[in-house]
Amino acid sequence: MEYKNKVEIDQERCKGCGLCIDACPTGTLGFSEGFNAKGYHPAAVVNPEKCIGCGFCYQMCPDVCITVSTLEKAKA
Amino acid sequence: MSYKIKFKGPESLSGKEFTYCPGCHHGIVHRLVAEVIDELGIREKTLMVAPVGCSVFAYEFFDVDGTVAPHGRAPAVATGMKRAMPENVVFTYQGDGDLAAIGTAEILHAANRGEKITTIFINNAIYGMTGGQMAPTTLLGMKTTTSPYGRSAENEGYPLHMAELLSNLPGVAYLARTKVNKPQDVLKTKKMIKKAFLAQIEGKGFGMVEVLSTCPTNWGIPPVEANKWLEENMVPEYPLGVYVDKVGDEK
Repeated sequence: MEYKNKVEIDQERCKGCGLCIDACPTGTLGFSEGFNAKGYHPAAVVNPEKCIGCGFCYQMCPDVCITVSTLEKAKA
Repeated sequence: MSYKIKFKGPESLSGKEFTYCPGCHHGIVHRLVAEVIDELGIREKTLMVAPVGCSVFAYEFFDVDGTVAPHGRAPAVATGMKRAMPENVVFTYQGDGDLAAIGTAEILHAANRGEKITTIFINNAIYGMTGGQMAPTTLLGMKTTTSPYGRSAENEGYPLHMAELLSNLPGVAYLARTKVNKPQDVLKTKKMIKKAFLAQIEGKGFGMVEVLSTCPTNWGIPPVEANKWLEENMVPEYPLGVYVDKVGDEK
């Protein structure tokens, strides 16, 4: 399923601080249940349909592990 | 239909993983500085001076040439670099233990001489790397490992306000205090950092941005709560705002 906006999190880079989850205004993000190699519960996209592409998570991420992209309309 | 990238890490970061604790604001400010370097297109001529402290490896994280100065002496080293190579852009990245404690003389005189350098000052009210000792910027009543009953004005003096101190000097072209605990503030901070770089590029003088920042590890509170603690305790003590602006707004 393709949604309008897409958040990608580099979970191996993530340190699980939760600042992106706190900053997200729509509840798109949450903690992953699994661990990464560092032993943290990384942030994960739990409700991808809710993302509005505001980039707040990207602004707050201290480890630069978030990429936000949006669907581009095909040029006619 | 294809996805177009809206927000992605800046190119001026080397891509190396930061060595900071989870939730540390150093990472956010690193990203902002790198974004500003990207936007101004000055990566190839930018030189950085890293401090001593948590951000001692900052030169590893930026994709620019850089060095490390002895504790507190980053503005002095940056002065030399800028005077030897005036066409380059030189910035220092310092914490409060580095800039406000051992390096007070260097920053004061570099600012007073109006050196055309930019300083990013991270104020988290504590010594981070050495294990949470009291810094000159520690708040009154705040408990640290060297002020276990809380800082008292009688014993340890008052918190040092660097932005107010430097704002009286005529050599300063841009000076602001900001914070990065909310996405809106992060965007504001980016504009301020850009102006501090423009103050140097346009040859107007010294530019500094003081960023109030958290240290969840040594404050002993989780990252999200640390953001709230900063808002409730540090912002009343350290008023935010632009203190000196000789750069003007972009047209």
